[in-house]
Amino acid sequence: MENRRVRTGKHFMMGNVACAEGAVAAGCEFAAGYPITPASEIGHTLAKRLLEVGGYFFQTEDEISAICAGIGASWTGKKVFVPTSGPGISLMLENIGFAVGIETPVVLVNIQRGGPTTGAPSMGLQGDMVQPRRGSHGDYEIIALCPSSPQEMFDHTVRAFNLAERYRAPVFVMADAFIGHMREEVTIPEPDELDLTYRRILEKGTDPSTVKVFLDEEVAPMPIFGMGFKTHVTSSCHDEYGNRNLIDPTALDNFIQRLRNKILKHRDEIVQVECDYDNCELALVAYGAVARCAKEAVRVARSKGLNVGYFRVITAWPFPDREVQDLSHKVKKILVLENNSGQYYPYVKAEAAGRAEVEFLPPQILGQVHGLDYVVQKIEEMLR
Amino acid sequence: MSSVEHPLRKYLRPSVEATTFCPGCGDGTVLTSILQAIDELGMTMDDFVFVSGIGCAAWIISPNFNADVLHTTHGRPIAFATGIKLNLPEKKVMVVSGDGDLTAIGGNHLIHAARRNIEMVVICANNGIYGMTGGQVAPTTPREARTITTPYGSLENTFDISRMVQASGASFVARWTTYQPRQLTKSIKKAIQKKGFAFIEVISQCPVQFGAKTGAGSAVEMLEMYRKSSISVKKAVEMSPQEIEDKIVTGEFIDTAKPELCEEIARLKERIRGEG
Repeated sequence: MENRRVRTGKHFMMGNVACAEGAVAAGCEFAAGYPITPASEIGHTLAKRLLEVGGYFFQTEDEISAICAGIGASWTGKKVFVPTSGPGISLMLENIGFAVGIETPVVLVNIQRGGPTTGAPSMGLQGDMVQPRRGSHGDYEIIALCPSSPQEMFDHTVRAFNLAERYRAPVFVMADAFIGHMREEVTIPEPDELDLTYRRILEKGTDPSTVKVFLDEEVAPMPIFGMGFKTHVTSSCHDEYGNRNLIDPTALDNFIQRLRNKILKHRDEIVQVECDYDNCELALVAYGAVARCAKEAVRVARSKGLNVGYFRVITAWPFPDREVQDLSHKVKKILVLENNSGQYYPYVKAEAAGRAEVEFLPPQILGQVHGLDYVVQKIEEMLR
Repeated sequence: MSSVEHPLRKYLRPSVEATTFCPGCGDGTVLTSILQAIDELGMTMDDFVFVSGIGCAAWIISPNFNADVLHTTHGRPIAFATGIKLNLPEKKVMVVSGDGDLTAIGGNHLIHAARRNIEMVVICANNGIYGMTGGQVAPTTPREARTITTPYGSLENTFDISRMVQASGASFVARWTTYQPRQLTKSIKKAIQKKGFAFIEVISQCPVQFGAKTGAGSAVEMLEMYRKSSISVKKAVEMSPQEIEDKIVTGEFIDTAKPELCEEIARLKERIRGEG
């Protein structure tokens, strides 16, 4: 029988469509969203594709409803997807924290557009990079991936589903309008070549008041709804069994630390970077669409005999702290390229402090691609 | 120790020893009426998923009900419940929350769930004030009533929640006061069996905040007021707007059959499978 979930083959495909196809291939059964430029094509694709595989795309009354419906759906055991752009994430943030707090697998995509506020919807900007990390109130960890091509829109969306299911947590794919609207060759593998993860579910018949179903740093099995578990789920400070506790300070400490450690303890399985800076004096650090400019600038600079390398951030969060430390031991100078006014730069600078000198280079015009000559010139200046 | 157990105790989580309600609160009556309805229908807690938002009424089900319970963020229980119902259409999904949660911060979700006519029971305990946070004015507070944030009396008009939900497209809408627990239980039974969006507004006394701040008095005085002020829907249609002004119109406003969202989706999926 033809596999309707996986459109195996080579396609000339838009990034947003590749993202939607990645979700369907990963086993997504429910998606919820509200129309928003430049992410709408994801919903357009899912509206048709999910019905073809027995799922459903639910267009909600607003983005708050989209994330909430998604979390509700995830608690029925389904793989869930909530695609949007920055303004949508702004509306969802409270409930993204909720998903963290009650340990809900859900994949979010932010096709970043020109901000702040309503900004310029069809222009690409990397203006929301810290938002998933720090946007919701309180102390928490998040996982965020940065695709640099339509191919990675497919690959990273599949991986985001795997990570969400593995860690019972919300996972972000942080693309932008450039990558979302870019059309390139996308290769979708055979269904059996896809390595898919499914969450652990509490064994039927188990009483969740006798088993730790929350706050396990090794990730507790999920006591999903509809199976007779009689699960009590609250985002209020709770213990391992889901009992609310608003009076014991150690309970709050436990609630915060265990949720954070669940991600941080497994950072080696989550964090990915692409490195090419052996014996280099200077390395460019970039992610997403800008990583393409950085890579090309390094190629051109090297052809001019400049000793420059490259460090691509693939997992933005949790922050690749050890990888940046390694980098700062090996190169003397680091140049961070971002299509914003320097959001990721302070994190790199702090991590490299005392070892490498770190500078930041935005594009000449925010929201536009870094000019090749402009980047190469900056490399020459730094190596002079 | 007595060996006699309350007949509804079996529906409560074994670990629950006391409620969080203030003395005289109407939410206990709402809790009992829901469980009584489930009991009379011969259903079990495993037939349900319960969802609540933030506020006193949200704690009617959380953690008390021994069932799948999702206690959510402020204003959003209906949005969460919609995601659950769309993916567990065979289960009954019931939202229990307060007037501030469902009609102020969460008003948009209420309107759209009614419009979609998704099968769901929403029970709104309407105490006319923000109780948990200290007695602030709500969209349901009577005009001119004094609250902690309207020290000279409220200048705003009062939401007629049931009429709004009816106008938005719900299949079933009823309003009762906590003075009418039997009628309330009967309507909850109907709402649970309804193939469509079913909404029940329960005018519920909050003596500690509403009673004290507005001068409505004790729980007994407020219940006495409910008894005196309540008039039936049938009677209300024969009265002028001026005559109804200070009355509480109670009863079932609408009970109708129309296409339900989950069934429509199932039908569409069936059609697509046939074409494929």
